[in-house]
Amino acid sequence: MKLYEYLAKDIMSKFGIPVPRGSAADDPAEVERIAASIGGEVVVKAQALVGGRGKAGGIKFASSPAEAREIAEGMLGSELKGVKVEKVLIEEKLKIDKEVYVGIAVDTRKARPVLIASGSGGMEIEEVPEKEIVRRLIEPPWGLEAFMGREITRRLGLNGPVGGKVADIIMKLYHVFTRCDAELTEINPLVISDGNVVAADARLNVDDDALYRHPELPRVEEGTPTELRVKSMGLSYVELDGDIAVMANGAGMAMATLDVLQRYGGRPANFLDAGGGASVEPMAEAIGILLSTKPKAILVNIFGGITRCDDVARALIKVKETVGFPVPVVIRLVGTNEEEGVSLLRQHGFEAYRTMDEATRAVVEAAGRANPWQ
Amino acid sequence: MAIIVDEKTKVVVQGITGNQGSFHARQMLAYGSRVVAGVSPGKGGQELDGIPVYDTVEEAVERRGANASVIFVPARFAKDAALEAISAGVSVVVIITERIPLHDAIYIMAYAREKGVTVIGPNTFGIISPGKCKIGIMPHQIYAPGPVGIAARSGTLSYEVAAALTGAGFGQSTVVGLGGDRVVGQRFVDVLKKFEQDPETKGVVLVGEIGGSAEEEAAEYVKGMTKPVVAYLAGKAAPPGKRMGHAGAIIERGRGTFESKVKALEGAGVRVASVPWEVASLVKEVLGQTIESEQR
Repeated sequence: MKLYEYLAKDIMSKFGIPVPRGSAADDPAEVERIAASIGGEVVVKAQALVGGRGKAGGIKFASSPAEAREIAEGMLGSELKGVKVEKVLIEEKLKIDKEVYVGIAVDTRKARPVLIASGSGGMEIEEVPEKEIVRRLIEPPWGLEAFMGREITRRLGLNGPVGGKVADIIMKLYHVFTRCDAELTEINPLVISDGNVVAADARLNVDDDALYRHPELPRVEEGTPTELRVKSMGLSYVELDGDIAVMANGAGMAMATLDVLQRYGGRPANFLDAGGGASVEPMAEAIGILLSTKPKAILVNIFGGITRCDDVARALIKVKETVGFPVPVVIRLVGTNEEEGVSLLRQHGFEAYRTMDEATRAVVEAAGRANPWQ
Repeated sequence: MAIIVDEKTKVVVQGITGNQGSFHARQMLAYGSRVVAGVSPGKGGQELDGIPVYDTVEEAVERRGANASVIFVPARFAKDAALEAISAGVSVVVIITERIPLHDAIYIMAYAREKGVTVIGPNTFGIISPGKCKIGIMPHQIYAPGPVGIAARSGTLSYEVAAALTGAGFGQSTVVGLGGDRVVGQRFVDVLKKFEQDPETKGVVLVGEIGGSAEEEAAEYVKGMTKPVVAYLAGKAAPPGKRMGHAGAIIERGRGTFESKVKALEGAGVRVASVPWEVASLVKEVLGQTIESEQR
């Protein structure tokens, strides 16, 4: 779960990390009031979970509350890199003496958290040359100690009171990382301004699998309505821009199905992993959702391990008998209880292929015919 | 020979009284795995098809000599279960449970490193040395003993590949499910090292996918290997920034792309199949001669 900047800053602030004075709003009049209460020049920042907001026009400066309102009117409801902006964050404009980057991520290769810092703040860390990046693996279960923050700070070329403040913020950022079950947390840039150190931008991505133990954290949902609906059923679903709906069991199998479809000239409409051992009801519901996206054809690709082929057949039959299939459905069904599944399907007028190759070719051909939704 | 698990492996099933645990304990037993004990806190003293159930892994190790554990407990209890198994002195811990918090996985791996324990998973289908020992949830009828080692990040896709190999007459020495999570106990490179040392394994198949850097690391190691490696990678059609079912299957900020992985592997001499079923014919090409010459 990615948190909006204003939510991430709110949390960092609770952990003692200084953030600019400001507040978020979804209404231009409110924006004007906030800008007036801050006084002086302000920055208006579109709250959208996209990278490179500045270049895309999502960060603008205003010299008066009226100008802030005007900017907010332009941003609110508009799309930034394809994402609708529903809130803006209004903050004091900082005088920037120096900008640095600090972040904590997980080094999956080493299975340890890693502290990353760079003297080039404000740039995406991926764009910073490797030799300008300072890294330090954090050894669990001991974690980050204060001296490590000081060492990193020294390597960034910062010393004196400012260095002390940066080192302190690094420690606090580590507390945010561990106590919020973060996958990634970043301050970019961390701004040095007249001897003060302030988090000018903040990123906090929380591990979805740990949300159950964080009732205190805000919830941000990302995805299309269909994606959110399927997600709430506990299945993995990603919307794509093609016209052949796909259901497969297992993430790797579902990905491979899309790849093979594309190879044969088909355009997948979605990724759907029906899970390792889905039962009849949720599978039928998932197929129903696929139909609601109005594809030209549906491909069901099942290699039954824990998933039983007869359950898959029952789910398909259930959909046929309730909502019906207005589009061709092509089925590949092998594995556990295959014979029973295939014979059930035959009794209800379905055919099933044995190989992914044949089924994929067949569904691409079927989708090439007339569009039944027109 | 095989890697990690074989006929000497004695398995304790953690979470044996649950639905998944009891079903798969029976399946493993039926396959011929030596399932010597089950653990379910508070249910010690029960039995499941003759398998004694204990309250602690420690007891399963003391009384039954368990040296490998398989974990079927829910995600929120999985960290405790894994630490318990590592602490009790088993040498292999297979974590089937999915959706374990990332920070818990990091913690488990740290303790496993300290104790020298091999962790498989989390979010894995398990590990099988066909004909010797199965620890996990895979449909075992698709495997046969033989010379090919398989390491895979995904379950069903690896079943597809294993079934194609078995169908083409290539059995497997060991099939390892690395798991679909970001932080896992065994990565391709760890398993490749073991397959390289295993006399029974003549060649290796990697079933990879987008996200992370495990395939790129594997490519570096393959350059120095004596055994041929074939790969299939999923996710060519996956859009960036979207998590494709597995926590680890995501192209993040331009990293972990299909192209980068194919380039690295092909650069190391790995034959990369363009469709899953092509793996069998590639294995035949790279292994056909080796095996025939040994049979002579």
